[in-house]
Amino acid sequence: MIFLTINGQDMELDIPPETPLLWALRDYLNLTGTKYGCGIGECGACTVNVNGVATKSCTMSLSQVSNLNVVTIEGLSEKGLHPVQQAWIDEEVPQCGYCQSGQIMAAVALLETKSTPSDKDINAAMKNICRCGTYTKIRKAIHKVALERASQ
Amino acid sequence: MKTYSRRDFIKASSNTAGGLLLAFHLPVLGKAVPYEPWSDAGSELNAWLAINVDNTITIRVAMSEMGQGVMTALPMIIAEELEADWRLVRVEYADVNRHIRDDNAYGKMLTDNSGSVRHSREMLQSVGAEARERLIKAAAERWLVPNADCYADYGKVVNRKTRNSLSYGELAAAAAQVRVGNIKIKTPEAFNSLGLPTPRVDVPAKVDGTAVYSIDIRRPGMVYAAVKHCPVIGGTVRSLRYNAIRNRPGIIKTVRMDTAVAVVAEHFWQAKTAADELPVQWVTGELAKASSQQFKKSFETALDGRDGVVLEEHGHVVRNMDIAETTIESDYVVPYLSHACLEPMNCTVEFSDGRVDVWAGVQDPVAAVNAISKVSGLPRNRVYLHNCFMGGGFGRRSQTDFVREAVLIAMDVGLPVQMIWTREEDQRSGQYRPMSASRFKAGFDLDKKLIVYTNHSVTHSIALDQSPGEKGIDATSIEGLSDMPYRVEHRRISHASKNTNLTSWYWRSRGHSQNAYAMECFMDEMAVAANQDPIDFRMLHLRDKPAHGDVLEILKDKSNWRKSLPRGSAKGIAIHESFGTICGQVAEVTVSTDGEMTVDRIVCVVDCGNLINPSTAESQVEGAIVFGLSAARYSKLTVENGVVLEDNYDLYDVVRMADMPRIEVHFALSGGDKWGGLGEPATPPVAPAVCNALYRITGRRIRALPIKDYLLSRRR
Repeated sequence: MIFLTINGQDMELDIPPETPLLWALRDYLNLTGTKYGCGIGECGACTVNVNGVATKSCTMSLSQVSNLNVVTIEGLSEKGLHPVQQAWIDEEVPQCGYCQSGQIMAAVALLETKSTPSDKDINAAMKNICRCGTYTKIRKAIHKVALERASQ
Repeated sequence: MKTYSRRDFIKASSNTAGGLLLAFHLPVLGKAVPYEPWSDAGSELNAWLAINVDNTITIRVAMSEMGQGVMTALPMIIAEELEADWRLVRVEYADVNRHIRDDNAYGKMLTDNSGSVRHSREMLQSVGAEARERLIKAAAERWLVPNADCYADYGKVVNRKTRNSLSYGELAAAAAQVRVGNIKIKTPEAFNSLGLPTPRVDVPAKVDGTAVYSIDIRRPGMVYAAVKHCPVIGGTVRSLRYNAIRNRPGIIKTVRMDTAVAVVAEHFWQAKTAADELPVQWVTGELAKASSQQFKKSFETALDGRDGVVLEEHGHVVRNMDIAETTIESDYVVPYLSHACLEPMNCTVEFSDGRVDVWAGVQDPVAAVNAISKVSGLPRNRVYLHNCFMGGGFGRRSQTDFVREAVLIAMDVGLPVQMIWTREEDQRSGQYRPMSASRFKAGFDLDKKLIVYTNHSVTHSIALDQSPGEKGIDATSIEGLSDMPYRVEHRRISHASKNTNLTSWYWRSRGHSQNAYAMECFMDEMAVAANQDPIDFRMLHLRDKPAHGDVLEILKDKSNWRKSLPRGSAKGIAIHESFGTICGQVAEVTVSTDGEMTVDRIVCVVDCGNLINPSTAESQVEGAIVFGLSAARYSKLTVENGVVLEDNYDLYDVVRMADMPRIEVHFALSGGDKWGGLGEPATPPVAPAVCNALYRITGRRIRALPIKDYLLSRRR
């Protein structure tokens, strides 16, 4: 048995502990917003937040997240949209959309450690692949969230 | 105003009352329940369009959404002519089963060649206009007034004289019964909402995790298949040892196919790890000797050889080459590339009661249905293909290889199966952007005027892969070379096909991707040889192409072309026409003292004639630039011992955030009848613009991609 918290809910999972968190989320818990892209932690499509840190769930086994707090795209906001999701809509970031759950999770984690990230901070934190090339809009959306938070 | 006769849209109007319709709208989680009978009390006016009593309008989209925005742009076209209230429009995929049943009800369902808007716009305008006229006629009949006394406005028909109005919802049932004669569609000056930025309908579902890609499909009792293909492309299965994995948890069975083995398990991770462990012996023979080195040699030999076809010959090439004061000659080579869609190929198949349901993200639903029918033996009208959002397409998903494989597996297993290719299997699955080599030679007279030009290209032919023995020239191999826009008095352009054991397929911008790189880099070499500015030199040879000249003028202005950059930085230019659109780009590039390259800025000028949705148009251009930049800088497939080495993103790198230039997109719209494509035309000019800038910094030409293979240093 693995004990952990997923999207605010305490869970007790009878899933083989060596199963990567990604496949536990997708195949056992039906949380399909987190995507498979590479399986080696390169593309970031599977990014979730573990204790607030952006984490590649494809290379993290279930046993490694035992007793930790996992947040996926489905649990990002209890009510309505998270400000990062809203900025993604306002800037119309997604094209095919497949990488965007991971991009959003990475952006949320970045903005929690740096309230007004510079372009350099964004380059360093946002390494997820987007084959559609939405990077410019991702950058704009992150700055927008920071600016809105600063003005509040 | 264009006139449309009734027969132009007779198929569109064929009302199939009682038929089953697709009742989900956007494919979002929890709603992906296909083929429920149409439950709304709405009325279908034609195959594209149903109006419901609550005034909502359901518009169907016959093209596939892979991020390019067709789910928004195409309904916008119908809504424009329909004079609909956009807020009441709902969007869903057109049903390919119906398309086939009703004699190609949707005209064409293949999403390719940057063609979604330019190939269906007139048809969709006529669909909307015809429905509008029927609504007007229905209102006129109810009010007992002439049609001319009524007009459509924002979801209502209004009586000019009484100012009474009836909503579309109130009129739909009657409108479904009336017929109208010739109708006219608007010309761009008359558009109300087309051309205005409109938010994409699929964006909200793509920020909260609810958008359904085929990999997200969950069916009752569904099991998972992981596939292990022969690592040597073209190799076949000799034997496998199922006993080695049969006792692992969750394992259901293995399925042996010609070139691959599938491992089926209760969960994907169980299937994947068992497939990794499964001992398989392969038959590879000579194929295991294939290597990139060998490919390179065979392409070079073909460049030297006399095989091939002369595509164009004009003037006296040999004589002028002889008398030329100076000549230059260069070879350009590009490697095989994979599409590397972020969502690896996958497909879910469920057989039941003499029918098969298939969930996949496909660019060519009809080809997929044909393939499913052929593999399963079921007639086409028993095949129900549910198209899903695609996690990238770029041409890859117009192939049906992965769909065929999933159907084969499901037939063997007898349970609903989701087949997922791992990234490694996806990368090694073939269907690559063709390898290509191009040799150019140019001669100049005493005044350094270009007098003679030859080009011989050698390219892996996609057509030849599809029908071995084909003798003709693959048109996609030569596009951009055989029809080059530049006028040179004495010229010869020739081509030869050269296929290897790899398989090739269309990749964003097709042959333009490699041909624009070669052509535009050599243009830059010729400008240097002619001692002219690269833009002036192009202008001089574009006298017959005023639209190209206009784009270059704007590009010169927007990029501050004449303004020089600090040491270590330079600008490069390229222009290319593809899919009916002219795209010019200036790249600003820097090479640091330790040889690190950055692309600082790309200024892009696009003439696609007209636009439907400017915000998605800009995204498409930006995305196409990033796609081209990835290939220019990083991507290549290397074959050793018959195996592709770059099997994941660690080795097959692509552009990421830190690589991003500032991109400025300027639409220089020439309007009129011109409707060019947008998904691809900004890909071809990137590589040559960047390489031409690099030449100005380093003094060296990049004559083979990717750029990462070069050690860069500033010119001394």
